[in-house]
Amino acid sequence: MNALYSLLFVFLLVFIPLFGVGLGHLNTIFGVCIPMTAFVIFILGFAYRIFKWGKSPVPFSIPTTGGQQYAYDPETFKQSKWDNPTNGFQTFVRMALEILTFRSLFRNSSASLHEVKGEPVVAYASAKWLWLFALLFHYSFLVIVIRHLRLFLEPIPFFVNGAEFMDGILQIGAPVLYQSDLLIIAGLLFLLFRRLADAKLRYISLVNDYFPLFLIIGIAASGIYMRYYAKVDVIAIKELTMGLATFNFHVPANIDVSFYVHVFLVSVLLAYFPFSKLMHLGGVFLSPTRNMPNDSRIRHHVNPWNDPNIKPHSYEAYEKDFGPMMAEAGLPLDNPENAKGTEEA
Amino acid sequence: MHYGGKIIIGLIIFIGLLLSPFAFNMGKAYKQPKLKLPAKEKKCVESLEFMRTKHMQLLDEWRDWALRDGKRVYVNHEGKEFEISLQNTCMDCHKNKADFCDKCHNDAGVSPYCWDCHIQPEGLK
Repeated sequence: MNALYSLLFVFLLVFIPLFGVGLGHLNTIFGVCIPMTAFVIFILGFAYRIFKWGKSPVPFSIPTTGGQQYAYDPETFKQSKWDNPTNGFQTFVRMALEILTFRSLFRNSSASLHEVKGEPVVAYASAKWLWLFALLFHYSFLVIVIRHLRLFLEPIPFFVNGAEFMDGILQIGAPVLYQSDLLIIAGLLFLLFRRLADAKLRYISLVNDYFPLFLIIGIAASGIYMRYYAKVDVIAIKELTMGLATFNFHVPANIDVSFYVHVFLVSVLLAYFPFSKLMHLGGVFLSPTRNMPNDSRIRHHVNPWNDPNIKPHSYEAYEKDFGPMMAEAGLPLDNPENAKGTEEA
Repeated sequence: MHYGGKIIIGLIIFIGLLLSPFAFNMGKAYKQPKLKLPAKEKKCVESLEFMRTKHMQLLDEWRDWALRDGKRVYVNHEGKEFEISLQNTCMDCHKNKADFCDKCHNDAGVSPYCWDCHIQPEGLK
């Protein structure tokens, strides 16, 4: 049901610009006002979320220790540096590997139940599909974002032209087929079918899991439709998008309605982004289990909640305070003198 | 803020990247490129709207028809016949790549591979 609601909602979102531009001729609203507003919401919302997370205290040192920690005898017990970092550089490498290669997804495993000689046996196996398709999806998305800079920059920088060239290097058809277009759809469909096919995942999937998937599928599909089927007027679109990027707004007349659908869906994504689970874009950098070095035996981690007026209380001081009571209860005392008590004497 | 400095630096870099196109284009106003249209012919193979958005599709089909199927005659939507040839038909009017093709292709960031095989039209008389 959650998937169906999300799909219907995305359909509804497609109809808004279809009617707004197709019938209402509100080209300026859909071409300029909505995307600019969405961009502002995205930046302010993103900064707000990061500030809010940044302000929350980190009471404990809680890095995940995914390998041999730095040992008393590092020769015999070799430290697993990228899984159990102790200093800033090692933590940086661990974060970079996590963000660029999704290392924790690579370790994903699946449990399955088997029957061996009439006995149930649980087996754990490596499951790399999620990692593979997540990687495909995210990198395709990155390439697509870089390619789109051709519409927002003049002259076009070399890396945008380079991305464009590499992405269409197979030279299939005209306009050339982008591999990222195929791969992002493959990645998205896998991420969607994974949620639909696995009963356990379907049970925990919510509208806000399906909605971004359908929304991004809608964005990719509308982009693919514009490029390979509708063959929209790219130069007219560049005039509009450059107008956005120079605050010199101008809406050319001869732009196909599919462009406005695409832009509207992207605007929805931008405005929705800061308030959704998609904020893992910024949040991944703030994961305390990844971005903290495992140095709790080297450095003292101070809980920011601690009241500075409360001083550490050693066992010696404790025994002094409660010596008579402890002696009465028959508890052993380190210093027998404490049994007499101090104040009463 | 725990890690406050690093978080703010990261946020500034991210927002800076998002806003960099505005800085890059500062003070520029973009206009669609003006093409140098051929003097001797007023009408292209197909209508202006068709050529503007679908010329690449036409050229792709022409290549397949001419080179793979040996079909050398194209009949346009008005029933007029053209020889299927980039060199003899298209470049008969559009003589200069820099004044015509490149104008839009540079702005759109596309580099078609026509000239991997064909001779670029600048060199022609």
